[in-house]
Amino acid sequence: MKNNMSALIAGTIFGFGLIVSGMSNPDKVMNFLNVFGHWDPSLLFVLGGAVICTFFGYRIVLKRNAPLLEREFFLPIKTALDKRLLTGAALFGAGWGMTGFCPGPAITGLAFGVVEPIIFLASMLCGYLIMNRLPHK
Amino acid sequence: MFPTEFTPYLSFIGGVTLGLSAIWLMLFQGRIAGISGIIKTALFQKDGRAWRLMFLVGLVLGGAIGFHLTGFDFSYREGFPISLVIIGGVLVGLGTSMGSGCTSGHGVCGISRLSIRSIVATVVYLSVGILVASLTAKVLL
Repeated sequence: MKNNMSALIAGTIFGFGLIVSGMSNPDKVMNFLNVFGHWDPSLLFVLGGAVICTFFGYRIVLKRNAPLLEREFFLPIKTALDKRLLTGAALFGAGWGMTGFCPGPAITGLAFGVVEPIIFLASMLCGYLIMNRLPHK
Repeated sequence: MFPTEFTPYLSFIGGVTLGLSAIWLMLFQGRIAGISGIIKTALFQKDGRAWRLMFLVGLVLGGAIGFHLTGFDFSYREGFPISLVIIGGVLVGLGTSMGSGCTSGHGVCGISRLSIRSIVATVVYLSVGILVASLTAKVLL
Protein backbone atom coordinates (compact mmCIF):
# COMPACT_ATOMS: atom_id res chain seq x y z
CA MET A 1 0.00 0.00 0.00
CA LYS A 2 2.75 2.43 0.97
CA ASN A 3 4.70 1.30 -2.08
CA ASN A 4 1.75 2.10 -4.32
CA MET A 5 1.35 5.54 -2.78
CA SER A 6 5.06 6.23 -3.11
CA ALA A 7 5.08 5.11 -6.74
CA LEU A 8 2.04 7.25 -7.54
CA ILE A 9 3.81 10.31 -6.12
CA ALA A 10 7.07 9.51 -7.94
CA GLY A 11 5.20 9.00 -11.22
CA THR A 12 3.28 12.24 -10.81
CA ILE A 13 6.48 14.21 -10.17
CA PHE A 14 8.05 12.54 -13.22
CA GLY A 15 5.09 13.27 -15.48
CA PHE A 16 5.06 16.90 -14.32
CA GLY A 17 8.80 17.14 -15.06
CA LEU A 18 8.26 15.73 -18.55
CA ILE A 19 5.77 18.51 -19.33
CA VAL A 20 7.78 21.38 -17.79
CA SER A 21 11.02 20.24 -19.46
CA GLY A 22 9.45 20.02 -22.92
CA MET A 23 10.44 16.37 -23.18
CA SER A 24 6.78 15.50 -23.79
CA ASN A 25 6.77 17.61 -26.93
CA PRO A 26 7.74 15.34 -29.84
CA ASP A 27 8.48 18.40 -32.00
CA LYS A 28 10.99 19.61 -29.42
CA VAL A 29 12.63 16.19 -29.23
CA MET A 30 12.95 15.99 -33.00
CA ASN A 31 14.30 19.54 -33.17
CA PHE A 32 16.89 18.55 -30.60
CA LEU A 33 17.93 15.43 -32.50
CA ASN A 34 17.80 17.07 -35.92
CA VAL A 35 20.96 19.11 -35.48
CA PHE A 36 20.82 20.24 -39.12
CA GLY A 37 17.36 21.85 -38.85
CA HIS A 38 15.84 24.34 -36.39
CA TRP A 39 18.18 23.04 -33.72
CA ASP A 40 16.75 23.35 -30.22
CA PRO A 41 19.38 22.32 -27.62
CA SER A 42 16.89 22.48 -24.70
CA LEU A 43 16.98 18.74 -24.09
CA LEU A 44 20.66 18.96 -23.18
CA PHE A 45 19.49 21.04 -20.23
CA VAL A 46 16.88 18.42 -19.34
CA LEU A 47 19.48 15.68 -19.28
CA GLY A 48 21.96 17.95 -17.48
CA GLY A 49 19.47 18.97 -14.79
CA ALA A 50 18.27 15.41 -14.29
CA VAL A 51 21.73 13.85 -14.12
CA ILE A 52 23.26 16.48 -11.79
CA CYS A 53 20.29 16.17 -9.42
CA THR A 54 20.14 12.36 -9.52
CA PHE A 55 23.91 11.92 -9.24
CA PHE A 56 24.08 13.74 -5.91
CA GLY A 57 20.74 12.37 -4.70
CA TYR A 58 21.78 8.76 -5.37
CA ARG A 59 25.11 9.30 -3.59
CA ILE A 60 23.24 10.28 -0.44
CA VAL A 61 20.44 7.71 -0.72
CA LEU A 62 22.68 4.75 -1.59
CA LYS A 63 24.73 5.29 1.58
CA ARG A 64 21.76 3.84 3.44
CA ASN A 65 21.59 0.12 4.09
CA ALA A 66 18.12 -0.11 2.61
CA PRO A 67 15.39 2.07 1.15
CA LEU A 68 12.59 3.27 3.45
CA LEU A 69 9.92 0.82 2.27
CA GLU A 70 11.94 -2.22 1.16
CA ARG A 71 14.63 -4.48 2.62
CA GLU A 72 17.14 -3.83 -0.15
CA PHE A 73 18.01 -1.70 -3.17
CA PHE A 74 17.21 -3.26 -6.53
CA LEU A 75 20.08 -2.11 -8.71
CA PRO A 76 20.89 -3.47 -12.17
CA ILE A 77 23.61 -6.11 -12.02
CA LYS A 78 24.53 -6.51 -15.70
CA THR A 79 27.89 -5.06 -16.65
CA ALA A 80 28.62 -6.62 -20.07
CA LEU A 81 28.77 -4.36 -23.11
CA ASP A 82 27.24 -7.02 -25.30
CA LYS A 83 25.63 -7.08 -28.72
CA ARG A 84 22.14 -6.99 -27.21
CA LEU A 85 22.80 -3.73 -25.40
CA LEU A 86 24.27 -2.06 -28.48
CA THR A 87 21.65 -3.39 -30.92
CA GLY A 88 18.85 -2.53 -28.51
CA ALA A 89 20.13 1.01 -27.95
CA ALA A 90 20.50 1.52 -31.72
CA LEU A 91 16.94 0.28 -32.42
CA PHE A 92 15.59 2.46 -29.62
CA GLY A 93 17.49 5.48 -30.98
CA ALA A 94 16.02 4.87 -34.44
CA GLY A 95 12.46 4.70 -33.11
CA TRP A 96 13.01 7.74 -30.90
CA GLY A 97 14.47 9.79 -33.73
CA MET A 98 11.71 8.77 -36.12
CA THR A 99 8.83 9.76 -33.81
CA GLY A 100 10.13 12.11 -31.11
CA PHE A 101 8.58 9.75 -28.55
CA CYS A 102 10.25 7.66 -25.91
CA PRO A 103 8.23 5.55 -23.43
CA GLY A 104 7.78 8.09 -20.59
CA PRO A 105 6.53 11.01 -22.68
CA ALA A 106 4.24 8.66 -24.61
CA ILE A 107 2.52 7.64 -21.36
CA THR A 108 2.38 11.23 -20.12
CA GLY A 109 1.03 12.22 -23.54
CA LEU A 110 -2.10 10.18 -22.76
CA ALA A 111 -3.10 13.17 -20.59
CA PHE A 112 -3.70 15.19 -23.76
CA GLY A 113 -6.39 12.79 -24.91
CA VAL A 114 -5.13 12.52 -28.48
CA VAL A 115 -4.52 9.45 -30.59
CA GLU A 116 -0.79 9.68 -31.43
CA PRO A 117 0.60 8.47 -28.06
CA ILE A 118 -1.96 5.64 -28.03
CA ILE A 119 -0.81 4.42 -31.43
CA PHE A 120 2.81 4.74 -30.37
CA LEU A 121 2.24 2.75 -27.16
CA ALA A 122 0.24 0.05 -28.97
CA SER A 123 3.10 -0.31 -31.47
CA MET A 124 5.62 -0.41 -28.63
CA LEU A 125 3.59 -3.21 -27.05
CA CYS A 126 3.84 -5.11 -30.37
CA GLY A 127 7.61 -4.67 -30.15
CA TYR A 128 7.58 -6.17 -26.64
CA LEU A 129 5.44 -9.11 -27.80
CA ILE A 130 7.80 -9.78 -30.71
CA MET A 131 10.79 -9.70 -28.34
CA ASN A 132 9.05 -12.08 -25.94
CA ARG A 133 8.62 -14.59 -28.75
CA LEU A 134 12.18 -14.41 -30.00
CA PRO A 135 14.50 -17.13 -28.71
CA HIS A 136 17.60 -16.35 -26.59
CA LYS A 137 16.13 -13.74 -24.33
CA MET B 1 9.41 19.98 -38.34
CA PHE B 2 7.67 22.77 -36.50
CA PRO B 3 10.31 25.09 -34.94
CA THR B 4 10.38 25.14 -31.13
CA GLU B 5 11.68 27.76 -28.74
CA PHE B 6 14.96 27.27 -26.86
CA THR B 7 13.97 26.96 -23.19
CA PRO B 8 17.14 26.39 -21.13
CA TYR B 9 15.73 27.42 -17.73
CA LEU B 10 12.42 25.59 -17.97
CA SER B 11 14.13 22.52 -19.39
CA PHE B 12 16.73 22.52 -16.63
CA ILE B 13 14.04 22.88 -13.96
CA GLY B 14 12.05 20.10 -15.63
CA GLY B 15 15.17 17.94 -15.70
CA VAL B 16 15.79 18.54 -11.99
CA THR B 17 12.16 17.53 -11.39
CA LEU B 18 12.78 14.23 -13.22
CA GLY B 19 15.83 13.77 -11.00
CA LEU B 20 13.78 14.37 -7.84
CA SER B 21 11.37 11.65 -8.94
CA ALA B 22 14.25 9.24 -9.58
CA ILE B 23 15.70 9.99 -6.13
CA TRP B 24 12.27 9.53 -4.52
CA LEU B 25 11.82 6.10 -6.09
CA MET B 26 15.30 5.03 -4.97
CA LEU B 27 14.92 6.44 -1.44
CA PHE B 28 11.52 4.89 -0.76
CA GLN B 29 11.51 1.75 -2.86
CA GLY B 30 15.09 1.15 -3.93
CA ARG B 31 14.07 1.14 -7.59
CA ILE B 32 15.50 2.63 -10.76
CA ALA B 33 13.07 5.02 -12.48
CA GLY B 34 13.33 3.28 -15.84
CA ILE B 35 10.04 3.79 -17.64
CA SER B 36 10.41 1.14 -20.35
CA GLY B 37 11.27 -1.47 -17.72
CA ILE B 38 8.36 -0.38 -15.53
CA ILE B 39 5.92 -0.65 -18.46
CA LYS B 40 7.23 -4.02 -19.59
CA THR B 41 7.25 -5.55 -16.12
CA ALA B 42 3.78 -4.16 -15.36
CA LEU B 43 2.49 -5.82 -18.52
CA PHE B 44 4.14 -9.22 -18.35
CA GLN B 45 4.85 -9.95 -14.69
CA LYS B 46 2.32 -10.34 -11.90
CA ASP B 47 4.85 -9.84 -9.17
CA GLY B 48 5.26 -6.16 -8.32
CA ARG B 49 2.65 -5.08 -10.84
CA ALA B 50 0.65 -2.81 -8.52
CA TRP B 51 3.26 -0.19 -7.72
CA ARG B 52 4.39 -0.06 -11.34
CA LEU B 53 0.83 0.56 -12.54
CA MET B 54 0.52 3.29 -9.92
CA PHE B 55 3.71 4.90 -11.20
CA LEU B 56 2.29 4.88 -14.74
CA VAL B 57 -1.01 6.35 -13.51
CA GLY B 58 1.13 9.04 -11.86
CA LEU B 59 2.83 9.81 -15.18
CA VAL B 60 -0.53 10.59 -16.76
CA LEU B 61 -1.71 12.48 -13.67
CA GLY B 62 1.50 14.53 -13.56
CA GLY B 63 1.04 15.25 -17.25
CA ALA B 64 -2.50 16.48 -16.67
CA ILE B 65 -1.41 18.65 -13.71
CA GLY B 66 1.52 20.02 -15.73
CA PHE B 67 -0.78 20.77 -18.65
CA HIS B 68 -3.23 22.69 -16.46
CA LEU B 69 -0.56 24.63 -14.55
CA THR B 70 1.66 25.56 -17.49
CA GLY B 71 -0.79 25.51 -20.39
CA PHE B 72 1.82 23.67 -22.48
CA ASP B 73 -0.18 21.71 -24.99
CA PHE B 74 1.82 19.16 -26.94
CA SER B 75 -1.14 17.28 -28.23
CA TYR B 76 -1.15 18.13 -31.88
CA ARG B 77 1.36 17.60 -34.64
CA GLU B 78 0.20 18.71 -38.01
CA GLY B 79 0.56 16.19 -40.78
CA PHE B 80 2.96 13.84 -39.02
CA PRO B 81 2.66 10.47 -40.76
CA ILE B 82 1.06 7.84 -38.58
CA SER B 83 3.06 5.12 -40.36
CA LEU B 84 6.24 6.58 -38.81
CA VAL B 85 4.62 6.54 -35.36
CA ILE B 86 3.82 2.84 -35.81
CA ILE B 87 7.25 1.81 -37.13
CA GLY B 88 9.00 3.95 -34.52
CA GLY B 89 6.84 2.54 -31.74
CA VAL B 90 7.69 -1.05 -32.69
CA LEU B 91 11.40 -0.13 -32.85
CA VAL B 92 11.24 1.49 -29.40
CA GLY B 93 9.53 -1.62 -28.02
CA LEU B 94 12.12 -3.96 -29.54
CA GLY B 95 15.05 -1.72 -28.67
CA THR B 96 14.23 -0.89 -25.05
CA SER B 97 13.44 -4.52 -24.44
CA MET B 98 16.69 -5.78 -25.97
CA GLY B 99 18.86 -2.96 -24.62
CA SER B 100 17.24 -3.04 -21.15
CA GLY B 101 16.30 0.63 -21.02
CA CYS B 102 15.46 3.98 -22.50
CA THR B 103 16.13 7.66 -21.86
CA SER B 104 15.05 7.43 -18.21
CA GLY B 105 16.67 4.17 -17.12
CA HIS B 106 19.93 4.50 -19.06
CA GLY B 107 19.98 8.27 -19.62
CA VAL B 108 19.01 9.66 -16.22
CA CYS B 109 19.46 6.86 -13.68
CA GLY B 110 22.27 4.92 -15.36
CA ILE B 111 24.52 7.89 -16.09
CA SER B 112 23.95 9.13 -12.54
CA ARG B 113 25.17 5.77 -11.23
CA LEU B 114 28.14 6.08 -13.62
CA SER B 115 27.14 2.76 -15.18
CA ILE B 116 29.34 2.08 -18.20
CA ARG B 117 26.54 0.10 -19.88
CA SER B 118 24.18 3.04 -19.58
CA ILE B 119 26.73 5.60 -20.75
CA VAL B 120 27.51 3.47 -23.82
CA ALA B 121 23.79 2.88 -24.49
CA THR B 122 23.10 6.62 -24.25
CA VAL B 123 25.89 7.47 -26.70
CA VAL B 124 24.53 4.86 -29.12
CA TYR B 125 20.85 5.82 -28.97
CA LEU B 126 21.66 9.53 -29.14
CA SER B 127 23.88 9.05 -32.20
CA VAL B 128 21.35 6.87 -34.02
CA GLY B 129 18.55 9.21 -32.90
CA ILE B 130 20.36 12.22 -34.39
CA LEU B 131 20.94 10.35 -37.63
CA VAL B 132 17.37 9.07 -37.99
CA ALA B 133 15.71 12.34 -36.90
CA SER B 134 17.81 14.30 -39.37
CA LEU B 135 16.88 11.89 -42.18
CA THR B 136 13.21 11.93 -41.14
CA ALA B 137 13.17 15.75 -41.16
CA LYS B 138 14.74 15.76 -44.64
CA VAL B 139 12.15 13.33 -45.99
CA LEU B 140 9.20 15.14 -44.40
CA LEU B 141 10.19 18.63 -45.55
